[in-house]
Amino acid sequence: MIRAVMVINTQGKPRLAKFYEFQPVEKQQELIRSVYGVLSSRAENVSNFLDAESIFGPDTRLVYKHFATLYFVFVFDSSENELAMLDLIQVFVETLDKCFKNVCELDVVLNYSKLHTVLDEIIFGGQVLETSSTEVLKAVEEISKLETASNAISLVPKSVSSWRSRWYTV
Amino acid sequence: MAGFSVMDTLFQRTLDDLIKGLRLQLMGESAFLSKALDEIRREAKSTDPDTKSAALLKLTYLSSLHFYDMSFAAFHVVELLSSTRFSHKKIAYHAASHSFDDSTPVLVLITNQLRKDLTSTNEFEVSLALECLSRIATVDLARDLTPEIFTLLASSKVFVRKKAIGVVLRVFDRYPDSVRVCFKRLVENLETSDSQVVSVAVGVFCELALRDPTSYLPLAPEFYKILVDSKNNWVLIKVLKIFAKLAPLEPRLAKRVVEPVCEHIRRTGAKSLLFECIRTVVSSLSDYEHAVKLAVVKIREMLVDDDPNLKYLGLQALSVVAPKHLWAVLENKEVVIKSLSDVDPNIKLESLRLVMAMVSESNVAEISRVLVNYALKSDPEFCNLILGSILSTCCRNVYEIIIDFDWYVSLLGEMSRIPHCQKGEEIEKQLIDIGMRVKDVRPELVRVSRDLLIDPALLGNPFLHRILSAAAWLSGEYVEFSVNPFELMEALLQPRTSLLPPLLKAIYIQSAFKVLIFCLNSYLLLRGDAASSSYSDKLVPDVPGLFSERDSVGCSDLASCDAPVEAELDEGFNPRDLNQSFGGLSVEYGGEETSTCGQASASASLKDSFTHESITNLLNRVELAVVPLTRSYDVEIVERARNVHCFIELIKPQMPDCLVQKEESSDTEEAEASKIIKLMHDAFSNDLGPISVSAQERVSVPDGLVLVENLEDLETICGDVQLPSLNSFSHGSSHFEEMAGVSIPIFQSKEEPGPSNECTSLLAEHRKQHGLYYLPSEKKDGDYPPANDPQLQANSNDDEDLAKLTEQLLVSKKKPNHAKPRPVVVKLDGDQVPIAAGPHSQEDLLSGTVRDVLLGSETKPTTRSSTKRKGKEKLNVDSTTESKENLGDVEKQDQGNSSTRKSKPHTHSKGRRHRSPGKKGDEGEENCQKAKPKSSGRHKARQRADAPLNVVSQTPVIPDFLL
Repeated sequence: MIRAVMVINTQGKPRLAKFYEFQPVEKQQELIRSVYGVLSSRAENVSNFLDAESIFGPDTRLVYKHFATLYFVFVFDSSENELAMLDLIQVFVETLDKCFKNVCELDVVLNYSKLHTVLDEIIFGGQVLETSSTEVLKAVEEISKLETASNAISLVPKSVSSWRSRWYTV
Repeated sequence: MAGFSVMDTLFQRTLDDLIKGLRLQLMGESAFLSKALDEIRREAKSTDPDTKSAALLKLTYLSSLHFYDMSFAAFHVVELLSSTRFSHKKIAYHAASHSFDDSTPVLVLITNQLRKDLTSTNEFEVSLALECLSRIATVDLARDLTPEIFTLLASSKVFVRKKAIGVVLRVFDRYPDSVRVCFKRLVENLETSDSQVVSVAVGVFCELALRDPTSYLPLAPEFYKILVDSKNNWVLIKVLKIFAKLAPLEPRLAKRVVEPVCEHIRRTGAKSLLFECIRTVVSSLSDYEHAVKLAVVKIREMLVDDDPNLKYLGLQALSVVAPKHLWAVLENKEVVIKSLSDVDPNIKLESLRLVMAMVSESNVAEISRVLVNYALKSDPEFCNLILGSILSTCCRNVYEIIIDFDWYVSLLGEMSRIPHCQKGEEIEKQLIDIGMRVKDVRPELVRVSRDLLIDPALLGNPFLHRILSAAAWLSGEYVEFSVNPFELMEALLQPRTSLLPPLLKAIYIQSAFKVLIFCLNSYLLLRGDAASSSYSDKLVPDVPGLFSERDSVGCSDLASCDAPVEAELDEGFNPRDLNQSFGGLSVEYGGEETSTCGQASASASLKDSFTHESITNLLNRVELAVVPLTRSYDVEIVERARNVHCFIELIKPQMPDCLVQKEESSDTEEAEASKIIKLMHDAFSNDLGPISVSAQERVSVPDGLVLVENLEDLETICGDVQLPSLNSFSHGSSHFEEMAGVSIPIFQSKEEPGPSNECTSLLAEHRKQHGLYYLPSEKKDGDYPPANDPQLQANSNDDEDLAKLTEQLLVSKKKPNHAKPRPVVVKLDGDQVPIAAGPHSQEDLLSGTVRDVLLGSETKPTTRSSTKRKGKEKLNVDSTTESKENLGDVEKQDQGNSSTRKSKPHTHSKGRRHRSPGKKGDEGEENCQKAKPKSSGRHKARQRADAPLNVVSQTPVIPDFLL
């Protein structure tokens, strides 16, 4: 299964972190730091693998891809194929690209929730759920629609009813 | 209060505001964040769900990317979960799956909410609940929600169904009994037409099969069908992974899948699938020569690819194939060696591993040469990786591949001098180890040690200190092989030794002491020899088997001994052996000079150098160096220095005296001095080695000794003993005996009461730490057995030896080393067999349940399987209420009410059950015919799976599903 997904910028700031096995926040921070420590020392045009076992323990592998100012990192175990995981990173980035029309780091920073929605449609509980970015996008759009709809419906009653009820309690 | 709430709602910062604020803030990030956190704490308590949800979203963000603890908000998350609005629910579920774990107390409160959402008509709400469950499901949640999951596994909405399949993994893991309910439907999802569903289902089975492959053998036909029919590479990769686990368990299965896998290799254009096929072949189908050949061809294509990823994976595949098919590596030798200088550290490392896999006794010297050259050129990190792997490969299985120890020892010396070398500890360990195990190599060891000690520059490198201490110890312990003890003494006492840490410095002093004793003794013997041969006559019978004695005494003694007598005296230490291995030809013993080639010149010059003047100078030199050290701050140094100093004080008044008037001196005085020296020399010249196990057995438990039953305080004792650790051997015999004295009672007290687990592990730990002091337990006599006993490994080595022999014949001219017999390498320590870890109970539970479901078991009430069958029949009906009711019953059964369903008629399933045993006979006969899975695979397969279900009871024999 996939153990973790991380997006870290080239300065070492985490932009997205999702661990599919519970880790305390301190541990998460430590792991991300160690991964960045190794990533930042890697040259360009070398293979996309990293020795993960020293960071994440036995039977773990790590692939990453470097796009502009961001590293996309997937940590997984022997039940995943390394090259397929690289493709999955590609699927993720492609979907983001379609989502945000030419994605850049700022989009990733400002769209925390959306990012997770996209990721959750690709990876579910550490399992690869969907590998077609079109399908993912479809689902994400549905969810976003539902979200805004539920907010819009509530907007009117909320501003009236809740205000009124509060005024009366004064 | 209300006013506050209004203001709060109106001016609450959203997550966007927070993120933007964080980017623009001027007050410092942590100050900004702690202020924001204060706000959030307040807002999270709000009764307004909008405020609460915004606060929780911000909090989750901060927790996820700025690592703030958000456990305090757990209850607020639960509150928000019950909101009817989708956007709130989404935030709440996100927060829950991010922050909840098994120990979160409020988890018990969300069961009903999850159930409600799982049965919601809105597929996206269901999806949220499933997603959360896949992360946080506990035993209780898994148990309570199994019925809902079961229903969803047959959902008509693919969007929901694939997530339900995904969540099953966690549910099975937490609550293995859910397998009884859900497994059938999971299998059915494997056979649906929707490729997305199949993909997730195969993924789940891949995870399950990886943990416990045996249980999933019965599903082989289903997987085989997918392997042959599927066009989806993601699915194929997962199926290949499953077969990689199943094939080694069932040879007939391997035979079946090898062709389809090869077909994929030939046909596929996808590198990921290709690599997975290759990996499957090399790891699990390596007995099929043609498949391996095909895979190796493809590996070679990967190796020469420009893409470093493919190159890296190709090398990885090669190292998997290496143990069984070394030819594959040798075929690609050039690429592998070239990869050592690749820019990519991963590739370098992988190729290093491969190079090490190629090492054999015939090429170890050649490969080590190449590697050391690479190490010299490499960056420090890789240099040490290279050195480390050379060291670990060469010492594997007690230096199994080393034939020429002289070469290896000088290689160790050379490696020590590589500028980036940080392997001091390992080299130190091996130098000492070889010194103790391989007697024939000691002269070379002393030579290498001397070269290291004499170089003052090396003392400046702290990484080398450990090596230097080993060199010092070796040259002290085996000083009799030294060409020039005086030079050695200078090296040991040189001023720059002050750079050493105290403990190592103490080793230097002790070694200087040994050298001094040796010089004095040699001098006296020489004189004695000249005057009369009385000493030497006495010495030989006194200390039989002492090489140093005999050697320093010179050839006269050796010559006087008959060869057979000598052989009896000491088998492992026959000077004749030494001569032969050294010179490669038999040498006459009768001559005046010592006959050993290596020793001839040494002894000659030694004889010349042991003059009265040189000895006096030596004494003065040592005294000068040692006296200041007696005021050192370190106990070890003071102790050693005092020893030496006192000895010199003792000897000196007598020495010059007796030396000056050596002709007319009174015999008593001279005898006094030489007696002391001889005693010291005897003490030092005993071979250091481990104590035999039987020696401890011979010690009877003293009368007054009460053995403690509870050995908990052993840990503290062991902790104490560990302190001197590696250096303890260097402190000479006396110290060694002390150590042994300490360890014997411990050992005994552990042995006597019948060791508990803890005890044995402590013992093993101690043994590991102080392996030096232990002998192999299987050997009862005091002798050191050869480490690589050919008799022990007779079976495995037979053809190897043959190959070796032919190789030797073929290359004997090129590699003269082989002509020389491998010296005896004694075994000092029995290899510890690691204690197998206890079985994983949870896993066992799961696999046990899976096996129950697939193979059936008579211990289970029959109703269970019939329930499952009923579930299957209902698949197409998809009536939620009915299956829920059904599952309610299952739950009841689990609570012990197992007879509830017995009364209900299940004619169909019962019929099948009854039919099955009847089919038993056919089953066996039809095995061959069933070799090909038929197009109607599902039902056939199920029946086939069912048939042995009733036949096999406790010990399930793996049935021929595929065959």
